[in-house]
Amino acid sequence: MKLTYLMSAALLAAAAAPAFAAEISDGKVKIGILNDQSGVYADFGGKWSVEAAKMAVEDFGGKVQGATIEVISADHQNKPDIAANIARQWYDTEQVDAIMELTTSSVALAVQGISAEKKKIDIVTGAATTDLTGKACSPYGFHWAYDTHSLAVGTGGALVKQGGDTWYFLTADYAFGYSLEEQTSNFVKAQGGKVLGSVRHPLATTDYSSFLLQAQASGAKVIGLANAGLDTANSIKQAAEFGIVAGGQRLAALLFTLAEVHGLGLEAAQGLTLTEGFYWDRNDESREWSKRYMERTGRMPNMVQAGTYSAVTQYLKAIDKSGTDETEAVSEELHAMPVDDIFAHGGKVGPNGRMIHDMYLMEVKKPSESKQPWDYYKVLATIPGDEAYIKPEESGCPLVD
Amino acid sequence: MITILGIPIQAFLGQLLVGLINGSFYAMLSLGLAVIFGLLRVINFAHGAQYMLGAFVGYLLLVQLGVGYWPALLLAPIIVGISGIVVERLALARLYDVDPLYGLLFTFGLALVLEGIFRYYFGVSGNPYPVPPLLAGGTNLGFMFLPNYRGWVVIASLIFCLGTWLVIEKTKLGSYLRAATENRSLVQAFGVNVPLLLTLTYGLGSALAGLAGILAAPVYQVSPLMGSNLIIVVFAVVVVGGMGSILGAIVTGYLLGVAEGLTKVFYPEASNIVVFVIMAIVLLIRPAGLFGKEA
Repeated sequence: MKLTYLMSAALLAAAAAPAFAAEISDGKVKIGILNDQSGVYADFGGKWSVEAAKMAVEDFGGKVQGATIEVISADHQNKPDIAANIARQWYDTEQVDAIMELTTSSVALAVQGISAEKKKIDIVTGAATTDLTGKACSPYGFHWAYDTHSLAVGTGGALVKQGGDTWYFLTADYAFGYSLEEQTSNFVKAQGGKVLGSVRHPLATTDYSSFLLQAQASGAKVIGLANAGLDTANSIKQAAEFGIVAGGQRLAALLFTLAEVHGLGLEAAQGLTLTEGFYWDRNDESREWSKRYMERTGRMPNMVQAGTYSAVTQYLKAIDKSGTDETEAVSEELHAMPVDDIFAHGGKVGPNGRMIHDMYLMEVKKPSESKQPWDYYKVLATIPGDEAYIKPEESGCPLVD
Repeated sequence: MITILGIPIQAFLGQLLVGLINGSFYAMLSLGLAVIFGLLRVINFAHGAQYMLGAFVGYLLLVQLGVGYWPALLLAPIIVGISGIVVERLALARLYDVDPLYGLLFTFGLALVLEGIFRYYFGVSGNPYPVPPLLAGGTNLGFMFLPNYRGWVVIASLIFCLGTWLVIEKTKLGSYLRAATENRSLVQAFGVNVPLLLTLTYGLGSALAGLAGILAAPVYQVSPLMGSNLIIVVFAVVVVGGMGSILGAIVTGYLLGVAEGLTKVFYPEASNIVVFVIMAIVLLIRPAGLFGKEA
């Protein structure tokens, strides 16, 4: 029944499409941005990612191969079931061609599954799990901005080289926290560092002083924060209060971006180390683009938002190059084309769908070093893409021989 | 080195103090809840949102109007208190005669709406609120580094808790309030304006939440979610102390803060449930709570 309906819809659409855009289904390219717009990750991606996607469309000229481009968006509330329903509805009845952003790993995995089944393209910028390009990889699924592996390599590995060779972890007591702690510990040890201990705190704890005192007493050079969102922000703020950074210990947030640094303020965040795939004030190109983004939104982009811009742009380039929005052809182009834009230079997409690009180890500036609003980071090290990401052949993705 | 249960005495004392600091917030918040429940018989689920409101009023005063911490310490409770009075007049006052469940549902809804509005405008990662310069820095106590601001929080909360307790237990106004709880119509017959008393009580309860909010602003992120993270624990504190018992709420607040602080050393994973375990035990042994009157 559903199939007949789909078939007839496709036929009708094909018949109605104007001749000049014969290769673009229903005469329109429709991109759905599906992410958390009201919950804990609303600043991490949120409506700001939607703006970045719209900006990408405008910068592309609003049309590809003569067909208009449309961006729609929805809030998945971090719930995989809600996300799956929206994705099905978008693909089945609203002629959405690709779904992007997909903050939260559980959601991204669910939607990537549906997209593969419906033979549609999804490009994940907001979620962290390496499974997306590992055992759950899809021929039409792409993972763009970062993943847990690149964060662990950046913060765990590169920081040891900078002298931070003893670690103590403050870990959120659930699967995400464990995996972040484990992956980072591995890189710390691989570089010759030592892990002195860790303390597990319950999710959404408000007071971290007990845990911080324990971390302080451990004497470790680096305190790794294997938690996310408000938990990380509160840990950092209270660490500043207890004079931890002033006392010579370094804080390393394993998942933290410009948006959260802004929320925290430099007074509390100074000296913090973190890894991001993008920083607005890195070169002329990123500055020019970010200033335009700032004019629209009143804030500077983090790697998720800039990554979404890059993903949309690359998707449109692929359609333009292949002359159609048909999934197979576009996927082929996406796998083949290098990524060169404001986000990535010499980025390449592996057969598992992973976009491999450089990551940056950042240190948050002192308030006295910050010359202008949003002047927050010093780049400590550049981590080449091939080191930051798992090699496609080692990813466990069944698509790679 | 002297140790207690395998923990160096320095660390032990440090954790005790940290527990006391958290207990201060519990005590102040549960005090407001206990006052409102004791006199109005309303389970004020909006208490967490009012605490959040207090912190945001302080933040907005600073960012929009340049009003610093000390004036905000006075202004934030007043503004939150007034908003509480408006809510009581417009809505809660109409619910006293129906099942208490309606009051609970109404305040719960109100909390969700308030949180939603702030989340829409301010996002979720929170906003920074600086420690006032007078209290910046810290003191080395030998066994731990005590941020001066946290020391102030303990002192301030003790002052405000004792003050509220004295007003309710030792003044004429307080005696009217307590009498109105026992027998409303009789007190009204003596010419006391009971509805006005109830309105002021709700205003006072909200103001206490607002005060805790502005006290918390320099310690925690000023975030729309800050209240909902705390409110459930505070309810447990009130239940352990004995619903409606003001002294019970204060003492239990500090006690549970310390119990939680020590759990964070011995078995950190359990630190967010230890309060509820204690609640369950207390309810089994003394169903009316530690300081409650047996019905």
